[in-house]
Amino acid sequence: MRIMVFVKQVPDTAEVRINPETNTLVREGVPSIMNPYDVHALEAALQIRDQKGGNVVVVTMGPPQAEEMLRESVSMGADEVFLVSDRAFAGADTWATSYALYKAAEKIGFDIILCGKQAIDGDTAQVGPETAEFLDIPHISYIRKIEEVGESSIKVQRLMDDGYDVVESSLPVLLTVVKEINTPRLPSLKGKMAAKKAVINRLDLDALGGKEIEANVGLKGSPTQVRNIFAPECQVQKRELNGTVEDQVAALIQDLRRIRCA
Amino acid sequence: MRIVVVSERCISCEVCIASCPFSAIEMRDDKAFITEGCQFCRACMSVCPAGAIIEKAEEGDAKPAADLSAYSGVWVFAEQRDSKIAGVAYELLGAGGRLAKERGTYLAAVLFGSTEENARDLIKWGADKVYLCTDPILEKFNDEPYSQALALLIEQYKPEIVLAGATPVGRSFIPRVAARLRTGLTADCTFLEIDKESGNLLQVRPAFGGNIMATILCPNHRPQIATVRPRVMKRAEPDESRQGEIINLNLTSLASRTKVLDTVKEASECMLNLQEAEVIVAGGRGMADSKGFKMLEELAELLGGAVGASRAAVDEGWVSYSHQVGQTGKTVCPKIYIACGISGAVQHMVGMQSSDMIIAVNKNPEAPIFNVATYGIVGDVKEIVPLMIKQLKEAVQS
Ligand SMILES: Cc1cc2nc3c(=O)[nH]c(=O)nc-3n(C[C@H](O)[C@H](O)[C@H](O)COP(=O)(O)OP(=O)(O)OC[C@H]3O[C@@H](n4cnc5c(N)ncnc54)[C@H](O)[C@@H]3O)c2cc1C
Ligand SMILES: Nc1ncnc2c1ncn2[C@@H]1O[C@H](COP(=O)(O)O)[C@@H](O)[C@H]1O
Repeated sequence: MRIMVFVKQVPDTAEVRINPETNTLVREGVPSIMNPYDVHALEAALQIRDQKGGNVVVVTMGPPQAEEMLRESVSMGADEVFLVSDRAFAGADTWATSYALYKAAEKIGFDIILCGKQAIDGDTAQVGPETAEFLDIPHISYIRKIEEVGESSIKVQRLMDDGYDVVESSLPVLLTVVKEINTPRLPSLKGKMAAKKAVINRLDLDALGGKEIEANVGLKGSPTQVRNIFAPECQVQKRELNGTVEDQVAALIQDLRRIRCA
Repeated sequence: MRIVVVSERCISCEVCIASCPFSAIEMRDDKAFITEGCQFCRACMSVCPAGAIIEKAEEGDAKPAADLSAYSGVWVFAEQRDSKIAGVAYELLGAGGRLAKERGTYLAAVLFGSTEENARDLIKWGADKVYLCTDPILEKFNDEPYSQALALLIEQYKPEIVLAGATPVGRSFIPRVAARLRTGLTADCTFLEIDKESGNLLQVRPAFGGNIMATILCPNHRPQIATVRPRVMKRAEPDESRQGEIINLNLTSLASRTKVLDTVKEASECMLNLQEAEVIVAGGRGMADSKGFKMLEELAELLGGAVGASRAAVDEGWVSYSHQVGQTGKTVCPKIYIACGISGAVQHMVGMQSSDMIIAVNKNPEAPIFNVATYGIVGDVKEIVPLMIKQLKEAVQS
């Protein structure tokens, strides 16, 4: 079985802060990490392989420095890694990203594709389902458990707002996973050695179709545009509370009761 | 198109470098230079004091893919589960109605696997038309038939705007529709508006873990599709006497390679309560332990409300994840939100800042939560919360 994982390198948004004076992001010292949900997707892929046999193939689209993250995936146990990278892919929105990943997946070959639920830089959760549509395969989102992997079908639990659905799909399929699905393993010593020596397979525009696909990738292929970005703002009508803490609480409670009874 | 620095105008102030969220500007030969990392967000253009950063057209720039004027109408995908329409559908009808009015067009709802009765309900809530498809394959949610059906309808009737809830259902199948129709999709919007000049839909959404907001456009493709976060848009008022048209559809060729074998409900009472509650008493790391949350429960009960929490409190194990409010928890919009021992991190605030009234109790007067609070009390929660409980009890008795 060939199990493919899509991973993305993202800035650690937990470390990103906004500078209130300039209204801009403070990125100094913000590390790049493997998208946390994708680490769970990789772990799920490794578990399927360990059970069923086969290969785990990790694919990312990004700038050359994403190589670092691909090596990290080898240290966890990935068998093959692919870097989809070309100037022509820059500035892609989810449509154009999915298109490039679709071309790459088709070329590399797979039985199952695993994605994270969403990437923490954009939080869109769109690349998985869009890629599945291009590939003309089914997908299931928000997987919290893989119950059974058969020869030609798979059974999973899909997280919903009010519980979960048990869903069955034929293979090939694309799955996006939530964090509850597993606890990712740490890199082994052997894995770290392998990571150093790992071959990074590269796919550029020409490898995926060249001129023929140029209008569908990168900025040119992106239907959406970012018009501007700004700091979140809020306007509130402040009301003063005065006196001792007891007085303040009393005034507050009075107002609360007024609202609740109104 | 590219964003470039006109080097003759560049005054080497380096302001743009700090403004770039993607670290894509550097100094070369003492002038700003935009590198390949550029994501075209234009943040630098607005901060450059010398007006030295401009957009430059390039050969092969995207042009309108089709005749955009062939598209009209605002559509709302009305999600149902067990034939009950999701709350977000009513909110979308409120927001969609506003947009339709501005565009001088109609508002329609799309309803799958449900009944005429539900369709009539959607008309009361503002829809001029309802496209209803009762095919049993659409009763339970499966991505493929849902996306096939919606894409077919869009191709046939050509709406200019399509809105769906940013729920597990909407966020899962709408991307397939966008991929199929070769158009843009903006996820998880918190604000929508029509651009006066171009008539395009301006779609505002949080990015970078809620640290910044981005306005997204889809200028050259139709329809413009957005998923919208539940609980941020206001519902319109229902009108029993409203009339509208129900269009029954018979779509053949819908097929699914996935199948729902079982549906398991396990949401705790509180999770549902949290989003329905008119009052939420929420606690953070400042509550110090699970005993602190017992106090909040008592306060919430007195106010007829539910208990919420910051992620820090959930991570500490004082309260379960189903209580979490924020970016990775629930978005809530109660009449009153009382934040106790919560600092007010952006990721928490995106989940509660549209509450009608926010009350903050925190011992640190500098805590950011006070910036969004109508009422703020600086003090120890261990003192203030019991005081609130005591005074409320007295008030109820008298
Ligand atoms: C990608 C991402 C997603 C996230 N999603 C969420 C989310 O969905 N929801 C969420 O809440 N967070 C989320 N977070 C975490 C968020 O960044 C904050 O870390 C978290 O909200 C902080 O919780 P807190 O305010 O309870 O804790 P702290 O920031 O530690 O604040 C505790 C506050 O309590 C006050 N305090 C302490 N003792 C007392 C006392 N005795 N009396 C009164 N006040 C006291 C302190 O002054 C302080 O202001 C997310 C983070 C990331 C990176
Ligand atoms: N550039 C990329 N390269 C590889 N995988 C990606 C890329 N962007 C997104 N993905 C995958 O798609 C998922 C959803 O991403 P997003 O739609 O950006 O939130 C991620 O968790 C990844 O698994």
